[in-house]
Amino acid sequence: MLPGRIFKVTDYKLFKEIPVNKKLTSRQKSEFIWGWLFILPTMLGLFVLNIYPMIDTIKQSFYKTGDFGKGNKFVGLANYQKVLGDGEIWQTLWNTAKYAIVEVPLSIVIALLLAVLLNKKLKGRDVFRTIFFLPMVVAPAAIAMVWKWLYNSNFGLINNVFHIKVNWISDPKIAIYSIAAIGIWSVIGYNMVLFLAGLQEVPGDYYEAASLDGANGWHQLINITIPLISPTIFFVLVTRIIGAMQVFDLIYMMIDLNNPAWKKTQSLVFLFYKYSFEQSKKGYGATVVVVLLAVILLLTIVQLIGQKKWVHYE
Amino acid sequence: MKRSVANICIYVVLILVSITMLVPFLWMFLTAFKTTAETMQVDPFVIVPRVWQTQNFGNVVKAMDFVRLYINTLLMVALRILFAVLTATLSGYAFARLQFNGKNLMFAVVLLQMMIPVQIFIIPQYVMVSKLHLTNTVWGLVFPGIVSAFGTFLLRQAYMQLPKDLEEAARLDGCNIPQTFVYIMSPLTKSSMVALGIFTAVFAYKDLMWPMIVCPDNRATTLASALAKMNGQYQQKYPELMMAALISCVPMIIIYIFFQKQFIEGIATSGGKL
Repeated sequence: MLPGRIFKVTDYKLFKEIPVNKKLTSRQKSEFIWGWLFILPTMLGLFVLNIYPMIDTIKQSFYKTGDFGKGNKFVGLANYQKVLGDGEIWQTLWNTAKYAIVEVPLSIVIALLLAVLLNKKLKGRDVFRTIFFLPMVVAPAAIAMVWKWLYNSNFGLINNVFHIKVNWISDPKIAIYSIAAIGIWSVIGYNMVLFLAGLQEVPGDYYEAASLDGANGWHQLINITIPLISPTIFFVLVTRIIGAMQVFDLIYMMIDLNNPAWKKTQSLVFLFYKYSFEQSKKGYGATVVVVLLAVILLLTIVQLIGQKKWVHYE
Repeated sequence: MKRSVANICIYVVLILVSITMLVPFLWMFLTAFKTTAETMQVDPFVIVPRVWQTQNFGNVVKAMDFVRLYINTLLMVALRILFAVLTATLSGYAFARLQFNGKNLMFAVVLLQMMIPVQIFIIPQYVMVSKLHLTNTVWGLVFPGIVSAFGTFLLRQAYMQLPKDLEEAARLDGCNIPQTFVYIMSPLTKSSMVALGIFTAVFAYKDLMWPMIVCPDNRATTLASALAKMNGQYQQKYPELMMAALISCVPMIIIYIFFQKQFIEGIATSGGKL
């Protein structure tokens, strides 16, 4: 399956139903019955587990959670007004953005270069691929614990090997970037595998022709590889931005409330978790997550419009 | 000559990146067998433990019931795979191969679920789980993974790629729709089912927020959420923390090394959903 599929659903004309004949043939009748029976478990699950919760969360964002089991109170747009004037939320949004601005482009560029190197016939190609992909099968909770230890300012491996004294995760100025570095480390193997799948479909004779014309490796990358796999790059970009905006595990594990950097590192989803499940302010938590949804939708729409400028579908 | 120089450069880059990927795991392993004093020693900096402290393993397993955590995690993963593969196979087939009114609208619901950040579902899902008295149970852990919109999409893609003639032939031989599905079509999508199973397993095993919310109890929760707890309790005791991390990820790494082809393909087809 081409990863670009989800955002290019051209083979599918939504809402265009087959015309209903007055008399259905027995085949049509049985397709109707079995079709609905087959999708019934999935649809029932999606409506109960996703569609109703989505509507309910949006509804809750207009309510204030009652104290001590008292009923919830409708407050209209008050939660949203509070969000707009809430310095903590703006700071959190900015922290999340900083994380994404570092993690997404760097993880894509590094992964793309590695994919190009591994796309050649090399000895040990599979071994490298297996190693780069390894962090994808380990729980982020475990990864964060290891990196917290590597980053330890007194006894950590990094400071002691390079003889430096950096407060990687307690200096408010750099902590979010240190966490973004772990994000990059975790995801490059995954991005690389997606790029490798895209590269397999680039015909080899393009490169032969280019090298006959005297194009070097760099020119081939810029003029052949990148345009030809631009749909894959676009797809990885869109999904990585969505993923980065939802960062939670790494930050939750790395930063505790004693850490002087926590205000400058907590992300939107972290804040959602804190309000909804640690402070039982579900109404405000719901508002935060609706804001997150709005931000993600906006970013995705901007990219869908912007793609016309640089993404080439055959 | 020029070619071999270029090749050496490529290998140097690849080996440097490999070292960066492996050192954290190696450091986790080495630290897990040190004494706390060794981890706090800077001059000289201790790399390999002087005496391998194998009792760290026993201490950690005593402090946190890892057998129980493994059972919880495995049950959650197995049940989620079972439900997701079963429901997604059925609905994927119907969406790809059967014509019926309302199909496109329902498929739009599937796509909608895939595009929306999961956090938006969590508060009401949690309220449902607590009303059903399923907190601190395996069913609470399984709950949001009973059906899979992504799985439906993946299986629909798989069925769409199968040739139409197969169904026609089965129909002429007198197979009805369920027979065609069970005997002819579904066996041909095994690789997509495996991909969905692997994706579901990795996703469930890595998830942190949901088990923390629905199973706060130490004996009912998963590996990931137990690590988060230890992380808060054991502040500076790095050998114990690294041993806990090691215990919770080594089996997964071993399975990955044996089935790495299926893992990489399975997760690559998931296209960014992790």
